[in-house]
Formats: sequence, structure tokens, C-alpha cells
Amino acid sequence: MIRRQRWLGPAMFMPAVIYILALVGVPFVMAFLYSVSDAKVGSVSYHFVGLQNFVSILHNPAFLRALQDSFVFTITSQVLVLIGANILALSLKEAFPGRRFFRFLILLPWVAPVSIGSLGWKWILDSLYSVISWVLVRFHLVNQYDTPMWLGEPKLAMMSVILVHTWHMLPFATVILLAGLTAIPKDIPEAAAVDGAGFFRTTFQITIPMMLPIINVAVLFGAIFTFTDMTVIYILTRGGPYDTTQVIPTEAFFTGILGSDLAEGAAISIFLVPLLIIAAYIALRSAHRAEVT
Amino acid sequence: MARRRLKKVLPGIVMWLVRIFFAVVLAFPFYWMLITTFKRNTDLNNLKNNPFLFNESPTLDHLKLLFNETLFPRWVANTMFAGLIVVIITLLLAVPAAYALARLTGQWGAQLGIGIFLTYLVPPTLLFIPLSKVISFLGLQDSLWSIIIVYPTFTIPFSTWLLMGFFKSIPRDLEDAAMVDGLTQWGAFVKLVIPMSVSGILTVVIFAFTLVTQEFVYALTFISSAAHQTVGVGVPTFLVRGDVYYWGSLMAACLITSLPIGFLYNLFLDRFIEGFTVGAVK
Repeated sequence: MIRRQRWLGPAMFMPAVIYILALVGVPFVMAFLYSVSDAKVGSVSYHFVGLQNFVSILHNPAFLRALQDSFVFTITSQVLVLIGANILALSLKEAFPGRRFFRFLILLPWVAPVSIGSLGWKWILDSLYSVISWVLVRFHLVNQYDTPMWLGEPKLAMMSVILVHTWHMLPFATVILLAGLTAIPKDIPEAAAVDGAGFFRTTFQITIPMMLPIINVAVLFGAIFTFTDMTVIYILTRGGPYDTTQVIPTEAFFTGILGSDLAEGAAISIFLVPLLIIAAYIALRSAHRAEVT
Repeated sequence: MARRRLKKVLPGIVMWLVRIFFAVVLAFPFYWMLITTFKRNTDLNNLKNNPFLFNESPTLDHLKLLFNETLFPRWVANTMFAGLIVVIITLLLAVPAAYALARLTGQWGAQLGIGIFLTYLVPPTLLFIPLSKVISFLGLQDSLWSIIIVYPTFTIPFSTWLLMGFFKSIPRDLEDAAMVDGLTQWGAFVKLVIPMSVSGILTVVIFAFTLVTQEFVYALTFISSAAHQTVGVGVPTFLVRGDVYYWGSLMAACLITSLPIGFLYNLFLDRFIEGFTVGAVK
């Protein structure tokens, strides 16, 4: 006779649920409460001020620019990641000598701490000793006395932070796509090849369409991790030069944490929420599909 | 004839070119850390030198400086300590929760499991402002304990999610048989399921630990003094003195930090990715 204790299940999962509710759920609600208050660091009083903070940030050109740059930063780097990861995953699919070693090299940008990797790039993109500038000078592509300020000139700085973030996210998307590639039954592309389809036709008409669900997963998580990240920008440019590489997370940090204006910082970070809701909806739908099939 | 042979080997050559191109671009910063670590300052600072070569004999000065005169060893110790405690908290909460959600609560448990996983997606950059208030309320500002308390908020969701999949793959009949033999459900969990799940639990240990070493935003926000920092924040923010970058020591610190973490993470990466791809790969 098997006796199931009905209370055992809740007793086992409640500690985790309470921990998460206390330190994710409560702060999540607090973020909304702060965004409609006048809270400052060090003050304990709470006054409801309605949408005043939102009105104020929406009139702030620096915030509007950060909002726009968040989309530039996320969309550009995700497009680059997607193109790169598809090519790279295809090249790693089949077994070849040294595959494990190549895999390790290729995964390094994702598995090493991102702040540390970004610091490596800060040295590579140094205003004076940049190795990239040195190579360009060597090939007479730029003037020796007027080398590019990779992190000091607005357009170049934006390009640099986007490319470093792409560098960081590329391995993550590649491994997700590889998981999808290996799940495609081998005989389908083979049958297509027998029927006379070439490499490109097989790739674009069979492999990629079959990969679409997994490509969606890579884009979904990649977009969230990019839109909400501040590490790469904080290390490389601190939002500079002249606030031209600010994004929503860095604006929230500089306003709410360093600037001690909790209320306005919280209002800025609330602009991350719509993307999270969309992502949660898509993730739930795909998880539901997995349950059903 | 020659054309046909070319057509046969060409894809192979293209594949190799692609692999080599990506490996060089992606791994380049780490190679650059390595070469910078062992170069003399006079070599690094001479613009006429070819930066790819050792123009002067290699040196261990940067490593000596890093270990003897900076807080780097302290940051490594802080990170290991925080990682250890976070791993313990994560295991204590996530292992039972995952088992309960996988076994004891039916369809309802699966929904709750997805709910917990979704909290993993709530980013630090949304929570750091209210959490900084919570941390000062708890009196933990500028203490390593601030991050020890906060980090399980992302290690628990991910670990629970991974372990749920793992427990589901253990046949239920085994537990039923053990319970017929007189064990309680809890007894079956402790004496049968946990010993069978060592590899899943080990995966969670590695992940919780590597996620701790990778985190940047919370440590930057909650900890202000250099002595209490972790490696991930200490190296990029406190190893710079004034405006002077000691690139040799900085790159040495980067190399020493990223290689072991990268190697460890790499071993278990496929499991980590499985956590994201549930539902999209059959």
C-alpha cells in the first residue's frame, strides 16, 4: 500500500517559492511603487506623485536617446549574432578533428565572465595602444598620427559596444542552434540531396525552415539578455562619450544608484518590462506546446 | 574531372576557413591577455614595436605585482566564499523544490515550475534599485553577504528548472517499489532519488558557482569598498589606479580568472542550453 502525503509536496517547494517571492516578487512590485513616488536614497518617507517621474523622463532628451539606442544596440547585435551563429553552427555540426578544442575557443566569450572579457576589449580598443589601430596603420589604412578613437568618438563607440556584445552573445546562440541542428533527422536533408538539391537549396529550403522554432528561442533569450545588459557598456564607455552610448539599464544605474534618485531610476527601468512580458508570453506558449506534444 | 573534384573538396575547405575565422576572432582577446601578461611595460608602451611579438624578453613582473601588491587574491577568496555559500543555499532550496514540482504536484507543479523559470528572466537592472533598499534595510550594504543573499534569486530558478527535467527522467516505478517496501515518499527521495541524481546535482553546483563568478551588476551596486569585492567587479573597477591602467597586471588578472571559469562552464554548457531549449527541440 503506497501512502502519499499530500502536505509533502508543498513543504518541499514552498521554501524556494518564498525565497523567490521575497527577493524577486517583492522588489518587482517595489520597482513600480518607486516609479510613482519621490523616493531618494537615505530618505524613508514615501509620497505618491502619480506619473510625474514618467512625464519628467519622457521630456528628457537624454532618456529618449537612451531608449532609442537600446533598440539600436539590441536589434543590431541580435541580427549580427543570428547571421554569425547560423554560419558557425553549420560549420561545427559534423565531426572533424579538433572539434572539442575549436568548441572551447569559440565558447570562451560566453563562458568567461563578461566584465572580464569586456576589459580585454578595452585594452584592444585603447586610444593609444590599440592593436587594431596598429594593424590599420601598418597597412596604411589610417594615418599614424590620427588613429581612430574606438571608444572616444560617438559613432565608433556605439559600433564598438555593439560588436563586443555580439562577440559575447554569439557562442550562446551558436550552441542553441547546434542543439537544433543535431535534432533534425539526418535523412531529410540527405533525401533532398539525392533528389538533386544543392548545398544552398538544402540549407535555405529545408534546414533553416526546420530550425525556425529553435532560432526563435535563440533570438528570444538573446534579445532579453542584450536589452537588459549594462556590463559591456559600463566597462567600455560608461555611457560616454557625451552620453552617446547610454541605454536604458545604464541610465537607470546612473540615475537611480549613482545619482541617488531611486524614483526616477525605477521609472527608467520600468521601460524594460514590456519586452519581458512579450518574452514571458512567448516562452509560456512554447513550453505549453512541449507539454501537449 | 578536376572541376568535379573541386566541387567535392570545396565545401570542406570553406568549412575550415569559417571555423578558423570564428575561432581566431572569438578567442583573440584571450590570446591578447596572454601575450600582454608577460610583456614588459617598456615593450607595451613603445608604439614602434610590433605588438604581436616579444620585442624584449618576457617578464613575470605583472603577475608578481598582481599577487603581492593588489587585492586580487582577496577578490578571488571573496568570490570562492560567496560561490560556496550560494551553492549550498541553492541546493538546499532547489533540489527539494524540483523534486516536488516534478513528482508530487501533477500538472499544477509543471505550471509552477515554468513560473519559477520565468523569474530567471527578470533582470538585475530592473531589480537593483528596490533591492538596494532591501539590502540597506537588512544592514548588509557594502558586505559580501549582500550578494550571497541576492544571488540565489537567479541560481534557484535555473537550478530548479534543470533538476525538474532530471527528476522526470528517473522512472517512477523505482520509487513506488521502494515505498511498497516500507519507505515513505521522503525516505525514497533521500535514500533513492538523491543518490541517483548525483550528476544532475553536480551540474547545478557548477552552474550556481559559475553564475556567481559571472555576475556584475549586483556586486557593483551593493558593494562599495574594494576589499569586499568579487573578482568580476574588482578587476575592472578597482585595479585601475587613478587614471593609470596597469595593462600587464589587468590582463594577467583577466586571464587567470577567465580560463578556469570558462573551462568549468564549458564542460556543462550543453545541460545549461537544454534548460532554454525545452519545447523547441524534441
